[in-house]
Amino acid sequence: MVSLKINNQPVSITEGSTVLQAAEKLNIHIPTLCNHDDLCVAGNCRVCVVEQKGARVLAAACAQPAMEGMEILTNSLKVRNARKHVVELLLSEHRADCTKCYRNQNCELQTLANEFSFGDHIFLDLVSKHEQFIDNTSSSIVKDDSKCIRCQRCVRTCSELQKISAIAVSGKGAKMKISTFHDRPISHVVCTNCGQCVNRCPTGALTEKNYIDYVWDAIYDPDKHVVVQTAPAVRVGLGEDLGYDPGERVTGKMVTALKQLGFDSVLDTDFTADLTIMEEGTELLSRLKKALVDKDKETALPMYTSCSPGWIKFIEHKYPEMLPNLSTCKSPQQMFGALAKTYFAEKRGINPENIVSVSIMPCTAKKFEANRPEMRDSGYKDVDYVLTTREFAVMIKQAGLDFRTLKPSHYDSLMGVSSGAGAIFGATGGVMEAAIRTAYEIVTGKPVPFDNLNITPVRGTEGVKEALLKIEGCLKEWSFLEGVELKVAIAHGLTNADKVMRSISTGKADYHFVEIMACPGGCIGGGGQPIPTNMEIRQKRIDAIYEEDMSLPVRKSHENPEIIQLYNDYLGKPNSHKAHELLHTHYIERVRN
Amino acid sequence: METKKVSKVDLIFEHIDPRELLTKVHGMTGSDIIEEIIESGLKGRGGAGFPTGMKWKFCAEEKEKTKYIVCNADEGEPGTFKDREILDRVAYKVYAGMTIAGRAVGAKKGIIYLRGEYKFLLPQLRMELDGFHKMIDEVGYDFEIDFRLGSGAYICGEESALFESIEGKRGEPRNKPPYPTSSGLFGKPTVVNNVETLVNSVIILKYGSERYKKMGTRFSTGAKVFSVSGDTLIPGIYELELGMSLLEFVKEFGDGDTKAVQVGGAAGFCVPRKLFASTVIGFEGVPTGGSMMLFNSSRSMYHILHNYLEFFTEESCGQCTPCRVGCQQLLKGVESVKKGESKSTYLNELVKLADTMKIASKCGLGQSVGNAFNSIVENFREEIIY
Repeated sequence: MVSLKINNQPVSITEGSTVLQAAEKLNIHIPTLCNHDDLCVAGNCRVCVVEQKGARVLAAACAQPAMEGMEILTNSLKVRNARKHVVELLLSEHRADCTKCYRNQNCELQTLANEFSFGDHIFLDLVSKHEQFIDNTSSSIVKDDSKCIRCQRCVRTCSELQKISAIAVSGKGAKMKISTFHDRPISHVVCTNCGQCVNRCPTGALTEKNYIDYVWDAIYDPDKHVVVQTAPAVRVGLGEDLGYDPGERVTGKMVTALKQLGFDSVLDTDFTADLTIMEEGTELLSRLKKALVDKDKETALPMYTSCSPGWIKFIEHKYPEMLPNLSTCKSPQQMFGALAKTYFAEKRGINPENIVSVSIMPCTAKKFEANRPEMRDSGYKDVDYVLTTREFAVMIKQAGLDFRTLKPSHYDSLMGVSSGAGAIFGATGGVMEAAIRTAYEIVTGKPVPFDNLNITPVRGTEGVKEALLKIEGCLKEWSFLEGVELKVAIAHGLTNADKVMRSISTGKADYHFVEIMACPGGCIGGGGQPIPTNMEIRQKRIDAIYEEDMSLPVRKSHENPEIIQLYNDYLGKPNSHKAHELLHTHYIERVRN
Repeated sequence: METKKVSKVDLIFEHIDPRELLTKVHGMTGSDIIEEIIESGLKGRGGAGFPTGMKWKFCAEEKEKTKYIVCNADEGEPGTFKDREILDRVAYKVYAGMTIAGRAVGAKKGIIYLRGEYKFLLPQLRMELDGFHKMIDEVGYDFEIDFRLGSGAYICGEESALFESIEGKRGEPRNKPPYPTSSGLFGKPTVVNNVETLVNSVIILKYGSERYKKMGTRFSTGAKVFSVSGDTLIPGIYELELGMSLLEFVKEFGDGDTKAVQVGGAAGFCVPRKLFASTVIGFEGVPTGGSMMLFNSSRSMYHILHNYLEFFTEESCGQCTPCRVGCQQLLKGVESVKKGESKSTYLNELVKLADTMKIASKCGLGQSVGNAFNSIVENFREEIIY
């Protein structure tokens, strides 16, 4: 422990803590900007400067270790003047078109400006001197350098959390900027579109590509039947953008809101999450059979999940030799899209040409996924528009809905019923848990041997989780699995994915099945979720997802009545020819830079 | 204040027998060496002036097994060219200084970070180093020196940016603390010294701290190599005792019409004629890494300031706000005052900004931009405005 004084108030804190943390302990607020709970300390924006008595220069509170006997002033004249200057300088290099900015009222620079530099600007406007370049080549992410304040949160996110470094710092001095490899367009570099940078950008320099107006146009087009699907993680995140605390489930109100916005059919991605389990679980069992019984050396194990489009692009760029290990299953979003314009259209008697398929996702990479050329198995573009949770919240506000007073309602039928297993897809470990719930029962005829079906060993926010499940009491046709210890691993965040890939490719690990989600915490921490994000917020969303699971009458994918109906009426059985045509896909190798 | 006349010495470039000295030093303990350096009062010759002996002592006290001696030969300060001369003429004394530092703190590896533009020196330096390695091996040292080349960024002369560069990363200064002596190159305890500082340690161990201290003043012991340039008839490298007044210096080197001297390069101070007599060159007055640029009355101080600001605007690493944006604002600011687009009183705002840069920037680069800016604006305000 070290003892110090901040603004003359004594405080003790464990050695290795920063002055910022010591101040927090005293409830003294020190403004920050480049600092982020999820990232390493940068100390480069200098907004958090404080005065240390006896020191020649000011210290960045976020980077300065708290030391014995220190006397810190957080609001001296020296500090105030410097901080105001720093904010003014940032504003002078930032294109402050606040009223038109997507991040208006949720911008950290704007908040600081409100506190420190209202009134006339002291300094000259530098933005016009900079090259004003907006990169909107990506179908997921828009990068506007004229709003960038070079805090490097995005750079740290991309390298630390995601181990990609698609964006990095280039140039120096006035020419220093956040750039890609050789300044290539985002669409042409190793970017996985995960959007974690968007979640951590304090300003509007990095945003998702906005498709709100396209969706409104479709809604107002009388000839179009607009189908909407909502991902599992949206219902536990949306509330945050509408004034709720993190972790509030707003499923029923959300469905009502969608209906009031004018969507013709309000359906659920959770339904196709259940379908994914049927297809992917069957694929896993058939791979195991090929490997264990037929001794087929061509069968790639471990099998990797394929729900997360950020992860898919990551492996396409970085580990293309492992593409055969990826499940061929499309993600729930794309399964939904393919069915909306075939099965749903047929059943409802709607010309698929007139269906506009919209999905609401916690994800920015889903926008890219929907635009992949392979994703047209219905004969049309399977998913027309993908909105993030944030864009959806904007639509609710635009429509003037008083969300809090909305009466909860249920999803429409046919592709709107889901099980708890589908819901937990939104949290890291959820796909694994859902898959085990179903696969174990297929193989043994009995439910998984866990209390309330809660497979706790695969839950939690540890970066890489491993679990062993011994299969006992197999049904006759699965007897080759008797006594097999199923080894599984779960990773979330691409840095953790990379660790798992390395241990597999170097032969250090031999799993059967691996779940990977590109984003920290899984989809609940997706790049399209409300801003801000941190560990605490993500944990609350995860808790809410498991509550959602417990609240549902059906908890296993294979018991979802609409899934049973889909196979009976349309697909036949899992991995059938038709299922393969519509619900499975292939992958391509991509550049590494 | 104690001042001295200009007094030329010849110690840096004097040829010595390195084997003899290193044999003697090999018989000393690490703490004996450090005591001798502390006693000499030697302060860093790169410009910042940190007491060298203390730096070595801090590093020696670290328990970590792997330690590094880094020689900062990224001589980039405008108007400084003394390290090039030292490396060209007496590189073995730099190697010897590193070996001594290694012995003092318990480091077995030394790295010389050589300015990219000095690449032409490398073949010769490597050849000399081979011979040196053989010699110290025979004497009984377990020490090895290697070179790393810079790529032309001024910021990489900042010690922690220099480490980042050696480590293969983008040259950006780190947060301090931790300081290099506890966590430097590759996170290991590191002594990083300027070329000339290392040679000074050789001089001290050869002649003893007592004799060394007789040169210079109480606060600025010893002599220093100056790079004299600008409006002088005798530009070049001069080794002079510290502590002379700028007036004495200008009498010796000026062209009779000197109106200002930029002491310490772009990061240093601009001293106007009226302050020559009261300005001491040394750590008690105006410190310098060696750059002395003389300007006569034909020079426009606006152009000089503009040149410096252009330099900083380009050479800031761009990491921290005060330096990255501050430099641009100072540059655009003086331009707009000169053009009459901003009122002359805007200079007052810029001076305040420069003051903020001095205390809020992350590293020495941003912290020193205000030195040149404020000293020129305060002393030559009319030249900036009109």
